Amino acid sequence: MAIGLHESEFKNPVIRWVDARLPVFTMMQKEYGTFPTPRNFNYFWNFGGLALVNLVIMIATGIFLAMNYTAHVNFAFDSVERIMRDVNYGWLLRYVHANGASMFFIVIYIHIWRALYYGSYKAPRELLFMLGVVIFLLMMATAFLGYVLPWGQMSFWGATVITNLFSAIPLVGESIVTWLWGGFSVDNPTLNRFYSLHYLLPFVTFGVVFLHIAALHITGSNNPLGIDPKGPQDTLPFHPYYTAKDSVGLIVYFIVFAALVFFAPNLLGHPDNYTPANPLVTPPHIVPEWYFLPFYAILRAVPDKLGGVILMGGSIMILFILPWLDTSPIRSMRFRPLARIALLVWLVSFFVLMYCGAKPPEEPWVLIARLATLYYFAYFLVILPALGAKERGLPLPASISMPVLRGGGPLPAGAMAKPMEKA
Amino acid sequence: MADTLAQHGAPQVPGHGPAVDPGGEGGTRRDFLYLTTAAFTVVGVGALAVPFIASMNPSRDVLALASTEVDLSPIAVGSAVTIVWRGKPVFVRRRTAEEVQAARQTPLSELPDPAPDQSRVKKDEWLVLLGVCTHLGCVPLGQKPSDSRGEFGGWFCPCHGSHYDTSGRIRKGPAPANLAVPDYVFTSDTQIRIG
Repeated sequence: MAIGLHESEFKNPVIRWVDARLPVFTMMQKEYGTFPTPRNFNYFWNFGGLALVNLVIMIATGIFLAMNYTAHVNFAFDSVERIMRDVNYGWLLRYVHANGASMFFIVIYIHIWRALYYGSYKAPRELLFMLGVVIFLLMMATAFLGYVLPWGQMSFWGATVITNLFSAIPLVGESIVTWLWGGFSVDNPTLNRFYSLHYLLPFVTFGVVFLHIAALHITGSNNPLGIDPKGPQDTLPFHPYYTAKDSVGLIVYFIVFAALVFFAPNLLGHPDNYTPANPLVTPPHIVPEWYFLPFYAILRAVPDKLGGVILMGGSIMILFILPWLDTSPIRSMRFRPLARIALLVWLVSFFVLMYCGAKPPEEPWVLIARLATLYYFAYFLVILPALGAKERGLPLPASISMPVLRGGGPLPAGAMAKPMEKA
Repeated sequence: MADTLAQHGAPQVPGHGPAVDPGGEGGTRRDFLYLTTAAFTVVGVGALAVPFIASMNPSRDVLALASTEVDLSPIAVGSAVTIVWRGKPVFVRRRTAEEVQAARQTPLSELPDPAPDQSRVKKDEWLVLLGVCTHLGCVPLGQKPSDSRGEFGGWFCPCHGSHYDTSGRIRKGPAPANLAVPDYVFTSDTQIRIG
């Protein structure tokens, strides 16, 4: 072995030659082959991998759509219709891309919910969680920019409403909006820059995903019990155990995805976006895509413009400080009888906001949205800090392998060594 | 840091004074060079960012389309037209005497954004407004006879439920300000130029 070469364990001479000079095969084997993973994952742990697959699908379909799309206010709508009618399999590419956005948000919302329920945001995974929130923000920006590109009525008016959010900033707000637009209204310069950024941000996302996974492989995965693996008896090699389990989830994911694309491709879209953009006529009822509805409901729940914008932004920014708002040392909600109920009610408030966001801004929806907004924030700012100090958690199992191999419940004192010996 | 450098025999340039500061108070010459380099880098990157950021502001051709002429003669009393100025709708409404009176009689104390009607028009009859809701930029309804004009007889924004009166002033809903009055002049009795 020459000096400076990596000592590769691979036998195949070609792989060995490459691996000795650039040990990517060793790295893959370490991070995805033998990587020690808690043995008690449930199917909630599929969703990170699904999100990565979804990102790849979006980039792949997007690159091919870009070959036929024209970013100009006079041609954008027609170029999308041409993709649907004239381009070979254009309809498939576009429907996969459009419904892929919805699938992406379904996957990510479950992924975030998993983190909230099993306390995956707690030490030592705070930075891992915060990188995840960055990815979520990038995803939201990318989805918003992409929705503008077909230049339908909802594209145009969604872009107008969302860019106008920045006008709420005191003093410089109007200048920022003009700068974002490149003019005095949403127009051709706006469409062009949105296209440029829509193409850029997925690659930025990919970079942050890499950091997210790198951080994950330092701390290791959390698990449904929220306790740390205490030794090899508590873990399994990632391959074949979790490559196999992820494949099962992947097939279910593809079934749902295919059902949307082939049987209900416009179910989650809005018919108004098949009307070309008209800057002089606002549709009577502007709604964002379904995945933005909870945040839109928070925006409308506040009777003050700046206050609404701050609360809407705050509803996601608050996740950045969640690791420090929740002071309980117990990670998994399985062992937190009160916090578990509070979190389930929070989930209800999220869906209530989603429902209110789709309704016109009238009573009783405004009042309901206000109550749900109040609870959404109270969970983070009041309930979690209070429960961190007051709540009595249930006894934690002594190890991961204990409940998995022998049924639940804590070990009697002194019995700790037994499962260790078994491994 | 000064101590560490001294221990490892920091290089000294003959005739240029010591590279280390024996007192440790004022910092070394190397510290000065680091700070100067960093400052030049920050200023340089900042200066380079200017053209990139400025390129996103409205270009010359966009700025060139800044004024629009409107002929008022075909507009009947009580009706309104919408024209496009800088890509945005401008509402021109020829108000009835009752509408003017309603706007004038509203006490300023009832207005979230107080402004007398007189300050918002050049001729009582003619109300010229930017047709852009001050909340989030939707186009309010109220131009067509069939439109809802809201609870105050002016305009109603369907996006988030803002009501404007017959002077285009915000009366109810989330919008923070009155509909803006663009810069315009009467070039003759029946003609205005906006912008």
